[in-house]
Amino acid sequence: MNKKRYFIQCFALVVFASVLTFIMAGKKATPEYEEVFLLTKTCPPGFRLNDKNECVSQNLYKIYTTENDHGVGGLRTALPKPRDGFSPQQIDLGRYLFFDPALSGNGTISCATCHIPSKGFSDGLATSIGMAGQKLDRGAPSLWNVAYMKLFFWDGRASTLEEQLEGPLFASNEMDNTPENLIKTMNSFDEYLQMFAEAFPNRDKKDHIKLEEIYTALTAFEASLVSLNSKYDQYAHGYQSALNKKEIEGLNVFRSFVARCAECHTPPLFSNQQIAIIGTPEPNGLPLDTGAEIPFKDSTLRGGFKVPSLRNIEKTAPYMHSGNFATLRETVQFYTDGRGHAVPKGEQLRIHWHIWEPNLSDYELDRLVDFLKTLTDESFLPKIPDTVPSGLTTAIQ
Amino acid sequence: MKKKSGFSKTLAAIVLLVIGIFVGKTFFTNQNSEATIPMPSTMKYRNIGISNDTTQVTQKERFNGKVIEVKNGASIQEAVKEANPGDLIRVFPGTYSENVYIDKDNISLQGVVIKGKWPTLDGKKKINDAFLYSGNGILIENFKIINYKGNGIMGQAGNNFIIRNNWIIDTGVYGIFPQYGKNGLIEHNVLSVIADAAIYVGMCDNVDVVHNEVFDSVAGIEIENSRHCLVENNYAHNNTGGILAFVTPGLPIKTTFDVILRNNFVVNNNHENFGAPGSTVAGIPPGTGILIMAADDVIVENNIITGNDNAGITIVDLTNGDPKANDLNSEPNPDRVVILDNIMYNNGNNPTGELKALMLTQMDTKGPDIFAYGGGTGSTIRDKNKYRSFGIDNYGPALITDTKDITTFMLPEPVAPRSVSKHELGELTYYGICAGCHAFNSRLIGVPTNIIQAIHNNNPQGIVDYISNPKNLREDYPEMPPQNYLSDEAKMAVAEYILALKE
Repeated sequence: MNKKRYFIQCFALVVFASVLTFIMAGKKATPEYEEVFLLTKTCPPGFRLNDKNECVSQNLYKIYTTENDHGVGGLRTALPKPRDGFSPQQIDLGRYLFFDPALSGNGTISCATCHIPSKGFSDGLATSIGMAGQKLDRGAPSLWNVAYMKLFFWDGRASTLEEQLEGPLFASNEMDNTPENLIKTMNSFDEYLQMFAEAFPNRDKKDHIKLEEIYTALTAFEASLVSLNSKYDQYAHGYQSALNKKEIEGLNVFRSFVARCAECHTPPLFSNQQIAIIGTPEPNGLPLDTGAEIPFKDSTLRGGFKVPSLRNIEKTAPYMHSGNFATLRETVQFYTDGRGHAVPKGEQLRIHWHIWEPNLSDYELDRLVDFLKTLTDESFLPKIPDTVPSGLTTAIQ
Repeated sequence: MKKKSGFSKTLAAIVLLVIGIFVGKTFFTNQNSEATIPMPSTMKYRNIGISNDTTQVTQKERFNGKVIEVKNGASIQEAVKEANPGDLIRVFPGTYSENVYIDKDNISLQGVVIKGKWPTLDGKKKINDAFLYSGNGILIENFKIINYKGNGIMGQAGNNFIIRNNWIIDTGVYGIFPQYGKNGLIEHNVLSVIADAAIYVGMCDNVDVVHNEVFDSVAGIEIENSRHCLVENNYAHNNTGGILAFVTPGLPIKTTFDVILRNNFVVNNNHENFGAPGSTVAGIPPGTGILIMAADDVIVENNIITGNDNAGITIVDLTNGDPKANDLNSEPNPDRVVILDNIMYNNGNNPTGELKALMLTQMDTKGPDIFAYGGGTGSTIRDKNKYRSFGIDNYGPALITDTKDITTFMLPEPVAPRSVSKHELGELTYYGICAGCHAFNSRLIGVPTNIIQAIHNNNPQGIVDYISNPKNLREDYPEMPPQNYLSDEAKMAVAEYILALKE
């Protein structure tokens, strides 16, 4: 039954794609027809279009300023400088690419396979599943607010989104593509040829799609995923009733120097963007993940990972780099169970000085979870395309 | 004669009675209420121009706030909830076991000490912090704070703070801890029995720490990843380390520089180290007077540094001082340290660990007045031969004799909150919030903006009223949630912005 429906859907898609291709081919031959644009001319929410056709990030944190480095600590402080200024067309093109399995080697995996919008742009798995069902070593990080990030991957090995996205695209156990094949695939779709021409108007329309253009468009879309309108934000901007009594108690535990959560998960981004060694356990039977030690070639960073943002954290269970904790409650419990309590015997990790024994009560841990849930805001969730230009199925709900 | 004497006695009695009533009245009046309420200090600002030797402040703004009184048995937090920016909260003697958090700007909290009875915040070793603030322009003065688990007073990104005249005992990790603040004053506080630093200036700029007494703590005063700080006229005694200026790696702000340590008493800092395992201060050897680790441009001037059993002044790089953490972005060397005239004697009587071993290589069993170890360039010293020293052979003669032209590092004006125009506020609100549901001429979730324009043509108040209390006017659209979290100012700004929007 399901198989049958699948075939019908596929057939419909193929027909649709062929019709589209036919229409477009026809249009090329008759330029006197008015051009039908495939990409939007308006910025996504959270952005204002300027007269250079750039989407400029807009949010209430722009009211504030700190005179030193931006983006650290306190309720009313500025955010770090974001990646913005992409055109509406580039962002929209990135959206199609993000959901299109054509980006993977065999057309089965898209970015959205592991970064699912409804799951906080993570995938709900302890560690993600890559090409042909291969189990990967780490969980998929959330993509909310990556425009403000300076380190990417759990081990912090990339410093730009463009650098980051090459990782999964070309890793043999993830999307298993090659730069040559990706270029070849993209240039085989007329619809993409037109979209790229719209998104990159400063080059000849008939030019081939370039790798850098794919990277720019994906970056543009990822940088448009902004979540800054949570209940917490309303409180931070001065609406004292946005949080209830228990949530405020949780906020006070969060930022107190006993629990010290806010020391590394500094508002308003809820990450200080540093590498920290906290010594979380691996799931049953797995060896210690040495984290940042490898890319930085520095044994003092053994077991270190990037401090992740906590925005929309409610949506991204399970938690930590290999998903050892199923719930937020288990996660916060870890921090009060003692410095280095889960470090394997014989390992000498340089545990971060903020990891200590705060002796938080069960009541306080419950309130912490209450507070973490106030960081949820999906009001700018992007629309998943009904179909993608390759005609492949997106299979994302 | 007798009669006259009786008359004069009566007269004297009457006079005495009148004087008695007068004295009594004055006495009782003074006891029951104060003649004037002191001006809250947030309304004042230190004026650099007055003279070189005063901490006098001049008035910056007029006080036109409300005075809220908190008496024993009431809650300080309730008063904070009631307070608006500019208000003064006066707390009378009594015991208040609570965590007071201040997420508003320009709130003054002033303890009223009566006949030696203090308003006391007692954490009973159960409550985390006494005061937590995130607002700008916060004043906290005249409180006794005891038995908290985390901090006595902790600030997070509040600028223009004043913390003074507080008496803080055993409040956990830190006594006074402003973090990410610019332009602050910490003065006339007495702190003891703190498990990390009694006064910890963390990732701040332009802070004066003056006239404080810190003792029986692991670290007395700590200037960490902060810039432009003056530590003057403090008395640091019987801590593990007296006064510290250093860089902690792994923090988002990476530098410490432009610090003056001047006119302090740094005496007998030989307390056993009871810092939490893993903390940076847990590695400080007992007997450390002044410690400069990886901080640049630190000037040590006119201090009395005596009786510190390890070394008077210790200057180290990160590799030697704090090898636990590593951070490629933290420059590890203390550069351009300047040591001017200081009184130092009787230091190094009982050196420990690495220093002890190093001194033995010099055929010496005592630690030095000045101990420099590891990297760093450009450091200088005045009258080098005055002190017993180790590792300062490469220090040149100081190019300055004193710092008397620098009376403060606080700013002449408070850091101004960024003021955005009504248009900007409207724009940020529209694109930052409204645009999630409203596009200009197409349907997202809510009604297109151009239709809102048509409905509320020339009537921004209509939009303000609607978004405060939406009614579902159209069956084909979902009901809008109230946008009450926006300030009245933001509501009007966005209403006007929406009506003026072109596309």
